[in-house]
Amino acid sequence: MSIKQDIKTYILENYLFTDDDSQLSDSDSFLEKGILDSTGILEVIYFIEDEYGIKVEDEEMIPENLDSVESLVVFVQHKQGLKAS
Amino acid sequence: MCGIAGIVNKHDGRDGSRAVVERMVSLVSHRGPDDRGIYEDDDVILGHARLSIIDLAGGVQPIHNEDRSLWVVFNGEIFNYIELRQQLQNDGHVFYTHSDTEVIVHLYEQYGDDFVNYLNGQFAIALWDKKKQRLLLLRDRAGIVPLFFSQDDQRLVFGSEIKSVLCGIGRKPAMNIAALDQIFTFWSPVSPNTLFEGVHELSPGHIAIYERGRLTSRRYWDWQFPEHGEYEAAGEDALADELHALLVDATRIRLRADVPVGAYLSGGLDSSILTCLIHHYGGVPLRTFSIGFEDDSLDESGYQQELIDHLGAEHTRILCRHEDIAARLEKTIWHTESAILRTAPVPMGQLSGLVHEQNYKVVLTGEGADEVFGGYDIFKEAKIRQFWARYPQSECRPLLLKKLYPYLDLSGGRGKAYVQAFFGAGLEQSAAPCFSHIPRWTTTSQIKMFYSDESRERLKADAVDAIRASLPEQIHQWHPFNKAQYIEAKSLMGGYLLSSQGDRMLMMNSVEGRFPYLDHRVIEFANRLPPKLKMKVLNEKYLLKQTMAKYLPKSVLERFKQPYRAPDIPSFFTGSTPEYVEEALSEDALDRSGYFDSKKVSMLLKKIKRGNAVSARDNMVFTGVLSTQIWHRLFIEDFESNILNHA
Repeated sequence: MSIKQDIKTYILENYLFTDDDSQLSDSDSFLEKGILDSTGILEVIYFIEDEYGIKVEDEEMIPENLDSVESLVVFVQHKQGLKAS
Repeated sequence: MCGIAGIVNKHDGRDGSRAVVERMVSLVSHRGPDDRGIYEDDDVILGHARLSIIDLAGGVQPIHNEDRSLWVVFNGEIFNYIELRQQLQNDGHVFYTHSDTEVIVHLYEQYGDDFVNYLNGQFAIALWDKKKQRLLLLRDRAGIVPLFFSQDDQRLVFGSEIKSVLCGIGRKPAMNIAALDQIFTFWSPVSPNTLFEGVHELSPGHIAIYERGRLTSRRYWDWQFPEHGEYEAAGEDALADELHALLVDATRIRLRADVPVGAYLSGGLDSSILTCLIHHYGGVPLRTFSIGFEDDSLDESGYQQELIDHLGAEHTRILCRHEDIAARLEKTIWHTESAILRTAPVPMGQLSGLVHEQNYKVVLTGEGADEVFGGYDIFKEAKIRQFWARYPQSECRPLLLKKLYPYLDLSGGRGKAYVQAFFGAGLEQSAAPCFSHIPRWTTTSQIKMFYSDESRERLKADAVDAIRASLPEQIHQWHPFNKAQYIEAKSLMGGYLLSSQGDRMLMMNSVEGRFPYLDHRVIEFANRLPPKLKMKVLNEKYLLKQTMAKYLPKSVLERFKQPYRAPDIPSFFTGSTPEYVEEALSEDALDRSGYFDSKKVSMLLKKIKRGNAVSARDNMVFTGVLSTQIWHRLFIEDFESNILNHA
């Protein structure tokens, strides 16, 4: 599966408790839609760190990086790029 | 405490209702295992299950006045009955028992419906005035003792617990879906709602009168706070002296009993103060009971032991293990008669079982102090958010939240945006009465994603609108701290802490709880205090601590406040999962009841079994769905066997 599908499936299964893709668009804000709270975002960080072997720095824990499927995908790819280089 | 039940028929009363009332009483026999009594005339049948505490030989109910024209069944205690009895005797009333119950009929003779204003106690009363053909139902000011009723065009049915009322109605009940939605928002239904359609509680501080087939009710007492900042002007020392005297007296009169009285000791400040007051002023041996947990993060045994060593009490502790909660949840729901979002009531039932085994019938508890004196974190949180709302752009003001929730790591911007998004919601409405509680209710409401489409369709009203509609007009003139206190007292305390986690868990084992902090004189005194004496900066229950510091070890006085909690999901999945859990959460059972989306619940169970369900939300939704499913089976699917044909 792609990073996008992995992340989307993780959010759907663990926070929306569904396998219906249509319940979450790639740009939906986790905060605005009440999908994640402040402890939920920590669980997502654990997930992407474990799954993709990256480390999320304190200053990177901002909604711009973590608040939707598409922002998470961009962020993970960016971190993987940095790691590869 | 005791159990009461009854039926008032609009027409011919001798229609077989006596047998029904006997079953109604039998259903609450755990509230009063010592004796039973019935009064019957052409219009009314009153039933009573007695837990003998005062006047063991003579206090059998129903009790009547001199000419037998007034009859009462009563659940609770009138703590100032000695003083009232003396006054009434001076006025010429003749008593035939030494019980506190008898003052009720004579006080009514003396003062009419306003007699309730003279009572200091915790009570649910049903008083039949045969001459005037009217039944009065009354409930204590804070809502310690429960009382439920239902009426149709033929009759009024009432009882200490809903199961009795259901038996009196005689029809399979239906869920009040609006009440479920309120539980899934506030943890409890908004009074007078219950989870049962057509069954209401008599709200705390209310009197209801059923006369000629018509029921009317009015509030006789409520939490009132000064408007426009007109607080008690006396100095701090004088107020501390007054508070000390009040608490000593509130404790002293709650030790009145013809059986031994014990106390719950959680290890927290409030129960520690109470045990100190009993030790110094009670004149009775100090006997205490507590509960401990396997999980160190929930256990307070160390603080309990420290106070026991300090006071030299005879103490008994019981350990609550994960499997104890799993084994007791069904029985707990039979007694709460409501869905619950946390398993915290279960160990309280285990604790009252210990008290019962030790042959105690009465315990004093520290419940109520946090509401009366402003002890909860939600009051601090609201104060910080009020401070922040004055300057919403501030980067520093929300950092105060870290003092309150140390696990929020706000350093270096870590998670700050999320904390701000959560606690900063609604900052622009800082004057609104519900401002303090919106973050909590918003968080809890997220579990509603598990509702089925059918439940969503049935829901017509917003839960928060229901609580807004229940608030008094004058709340807008109160200080924000007092607004928060009022909402807390009327929602979580009345609907959950005193019921699902209070009376119901005590009475399931025939144990009466007594609550000195909820003496109405203490509440009224505290309500007149300026908020800064309740919370000085962020130091909660300031005046209470200042007043009682001399009795307490420094470590108890200065300890970090730990909310009482019990393990939720781990209780059911640490070892083998009980069969009833699998059954209650099966697709078949969920589809039968129809309240929840069975696919979502199945996904939640998978998450739990992967070991990933750790958040507060996951724990709340698991407990909420499971307890609702158990409730449905006990009271709706098995109505005939559990209620209607109860032997």
